[in-house]
Parts: sequence; C-alpha cells; structure tokens
Amino acid sequence: MLKRLIALLVLCCTPAFAEDEQVVLGLSQDRVAITATFDGSEILIFGAVKRETPIPSGPPLEVIVAVAGPSSPVIVRRKERKVGIWVNTDSVLVDSAPSFYAVATSGPLDDILTDTEDLRYRISIERAIRSVGAAMHIRGAQDFADAVVRIREDENLYSIRENTVAVDEQTLFRTSIAMPADLTEGDYAARIFLTRDGEVISQYETIIDVRKVGLERFLYNMSRQQPVWYGLMSLVIAIAAGWGASTAFRLLRET
Amino acid sequence: MQIYLPIAEVSVNAFLLLGLGGMVGILSGMFGVGGGFLMTPLLFFIGIPPAVAVATEANQIVASSFSGVLAHFRRKTVDFRMGTVLLVGGLMGAALGVVVFNYLKSLGQVDLLVTLCYVVFLGVVGSLMFVESLRALRKAKKGGGAPAKRRQRGWVHAMPFKMRFRTSGLYISVIPPVLVGLCVGVLSAIMGVGGGFIMVPAMIYLLGMPTKVVVGTSLFQIIFVTAFTTMLHATTNYTVDIVLAVLLLVGGVVGAQIGTVIGSRMPAEQLRVLLAALVLVVCGKLALDLLIEPSELFSLGSEGGH
Repeated sequence: MLKRLIALLVLCCTPAFAEDEQVVLGLSQDRVAITATFDGSEILIFGAVKRETPIPSGPPLEVIVAVAGPSSPVIVRRKERKVGIWVNTDSVLVDSAPSFYAVATSGPLDDILTDTEDLRYRISIERAIRSVGAAMHIRGAQDFADAVVRIREDENLYSIRENTVAVDEQTLFRTSIAMPADLTEGDYAARIFLTRDGEVISQYETIIDVRKVGLERFLYNMSRQQPVWYGLMSLVIAIAAGWGASTAFRLLRET
Repeated sequence: MQIYLPIAEVSVNAFLLLGLGGMVGILSGMFGVGGGFLMTPLLFFIGIPPAVAVATEANQIVASSFSGVLAHFRRKTVDFRMGTVLLVGGLMGAALGVVVFNYLKSLGQVDLLVTLCYVVFLGVVGSLMFVESLRALRKAKKGGGAPAKRRQRGWVHAMPFKMRFRTSGLYISVIPPVLVGLCVGVLSAIMGVGGGFIMVPAMIYLLGMPTKVVVGTSLFQIIFVTAFTTMLHATTNYTVDIVLAVLLLVGGVVGAQIGTVIGSRMPAEQLRVLLAALVLVVCGKLALDLLIEPSELFSLGSEGGH
C-alpha cells in the first residue's frame, strides 16, 4: 500500500446556496500516483461542519461521501441461447457510467436521503449511471443498467458502504475510501453532502487527481503519441531479450 | 509482487506472469507452436482486457519464437527457402485477416466468431493429428521400427512453379506453401495467435515436410508474421503493453530453451500425440464455454472497442 501523507487542508468553502452549515474538508492526499508497483490506495476524507448558528434541533446531521471516476459510454451485451450455443444478441448503450464509484454514508442511504434529492444530485449508484438513450424496444432495458452495476460491483469498482462515515457531535466527520489497483486515469470527483431529514443542506466538491507517473507515464504517452516507434521499440526489446536469454542459456549449458 | 501495467491499466502479480510465460515457453519450444492459442485465453482469464492480450501476445510470440529459432539454426533444422515462401503468403494473409477482423467487429460478433474459429480449427487439427500419430506409434511398436512411407499427394506435384527445397528434401510447386501461409496468416490475425498449431500439421501432412525441419521453419515464419501483427496493433489500436510483454517473455524465452532440448530428445511420434492431446483439451474447454449457460449473461464493452 502506497500511502502518501500529503496532508492538504482545503480551507475554502463554497457558499453555493447560503447554507447555515457548510463543509470544511481535508483529504489525506489530493492526488494518486500510479507507479509500476501501484496496487491500490486508500484516501482518508475528513472534515468539519462550519456554522454561525447553534446546532439546529430535530433530526441529526448525516454525511454522504461519493467518489466518482471519469465517466464513459459502455456497451452492454446480453447472451442468449441460439442453436445450442450462447451468443451475444441484444446490446444497449449506456450513455455514461463512471469507471469507479464509491459511496460512504453515516447511516442507511434510504433513511438519510429522499428519492427526490437522490434524483437531483445523482448520489446512489443507480442514479450515477445515465442511460437516457436505452432502447425501449428491447425487453428488460433496465436489466442492462443493472448489469453494469452488478458486474462493476463484483470487480470492486462500485461500492456503497453505509455507516462507514463517523460523525462526532454533528460537527466532525471522517471516512476512508479504498481505491482498487485497477484504476483508470483521470479526475476523480469527491462530493460531500450534508443532509438533515433526507434533504441535502450543503454540498462540497473537490477533485482527486489520479495519474500515471514515471515509467508508466512515459510508456503510455509514447504508445499514444509515437505508435510506430513504440511498436518498433517493443519488437526490439522483445527480440533482444529473446536473443539474450537464448545466448545466456547456451553459455550456461556449455560451461 | 503486484505490478501495474501501463497500457492494460490493471495490476497483476509479476510472478504469475513469469510463471505463465515459462510454462507456455516450454510448450512453444517443444512443439514449435508460438503458444498463443494457450496464452491468449490464459491472459483473458487473469483479467487482461482481450484487445491488449491479443496484441501483446503477438509481441511476446516474436520473442519466444526468436529464441526458439536460434536453437534450430544451430542444429540446421530451418528450411529458409520454404520459410520465405510461407512468409510471403503469411504477410498477405495477416493483412487480409485484419480487414476481416474489423468487418466482424463492426457486426458486433467478433468474440463468438473467434471462439468458433478456435473450436473448429483446434478440433479438426487436434483429432486428425491424434488419430494419425497414434496409428504411427502403434505401427512403430509392431513393425520393429519400419516407418510407413508417407502417402504422397498427387496434386501437390502436378502444379506449376516448382522449386527445390533442399533442407526439406522436396521438389514441389510454390503454390501450396503460399496458400498454407496465407490461410495461417488470416487465422493468426483473427485469432490473435502465431498459427503454429495449424501450420505444423499442414506442413507435415499437406506439404510432406520432415517433422524435424517443420518446427524450426514454422518458428522462422511466425517471427515475421507476428512482428507484422504487433506493428498493426501498436499503430491502430494502441494495445501493445510492453511491460506485460517483457514479463511474459522473460519467462517465455527460458521456457522455450528448455522446451527445445526436451523436444529434440523425444521421439517425433510421441511429441505429436502430446501436441494433439493439448490442442484437444483447449478445444474442449472453449466448446464447453459456448454450450454451458454462462453465470453472467451480460458483458460490458467500451464504445468502438473490442
């Protein structure tokens, strides 16, 4: 586990809708460096609620943290049995699905967030996936969107972990988000929502930068920008290694 | 030790890759097959994206075949002239195969057709070889080592453009070898393999080449065809992962050396029974995957991707 402790406190607040309670956030790291030996990372997200007025009475403050990777369209195919063998038949294009999505909450999501608010802020996994153009002529179009969630949950790319955000005195909160080894590059959006009685009363968003570095960066860039040289280099390295190992092995046997 | 692959964008155990490379390398050296027909499905299985697995495998086959062919050079078991004729067909075939592949991809059925290709070709080639080599083995036991004269095919000798292949001891038309190369080129581009498992039997049974020369010559041809395929993938799909390739080939080249030694010490007939059995096992596994209901009916793909 590569743990960078660049403790960076982002002390700016966004008075987006003039809330009484606002988030002050900190991250254990605001960038994830994918090196050759990268095998996942854990990001500690912590913060406090800033308020000018006393803690309101009524239902307690709840916190939801959602981290989303870059989104891209996904083609979902379904297999059916045709003349004895299983083949892909129908396919649906899901317009946009994040490559990674993790939600951590301070309580059961259904209790601390109303459906209306979920629809508005796209917080739950089902809402984070957009499939506007899902063909209605295919039976069970919803199955296709569900399949994206199910498959990515199995790969630990999507997760919802309720009761994993610790809230103290309705003011301090903290949680950690585990990011798997199979990360794609890009800007990961971390959103923090404060809710009371199912309503979102404040939100805060920050970016976690996930980037390849060093050799990984160099090879990736080269393969995209100079594909011919990259291809030739791959062949030369392959042939050199082949010849080298062959010679070494022969010398080893002759001595 | 986990290692993150820059192009595949997944993290895998480095020792697992070294082990896979070594295991497939031994088979590659023993039988003169590139090992792609085993390695490519194995890479799918450990979670490498199929497009990356196919492209990187081509690169890795170049290396393992290169180290394998060097051992054959020294024992003078490479027919350069035949190899070159096969290569001419192979390069044409590979280019044609890429066109066919892209057409199938636009139909959205490429996975199925690749698997069907595997099942059909592995099945036919495997069973033919198995039956033939078993019969040869039985004969060798009974007859006290008087091998039956190989059945000569008249049409191979009736064609024009004859050429003398000294190393193979053949005087045949160049048309059959070019056609064999072409077919193997097409298949290797579609199936993402070197094509040795089809070329080796074709050279033995169709062209009538001596078994000892077949392995070195097919490796010679495979190097150039897979190098060509690697370049095509690197420049069009950007799916060659050099880190993955290096790990596989470090294991692979060592394995190929060991395999070549084992192969040269084993009787040719037994070698063929083993290869046939291996081909049939892979074929059976792939056929089962098509016939048994998958536990997950849905699969995800990126737009425009494989």
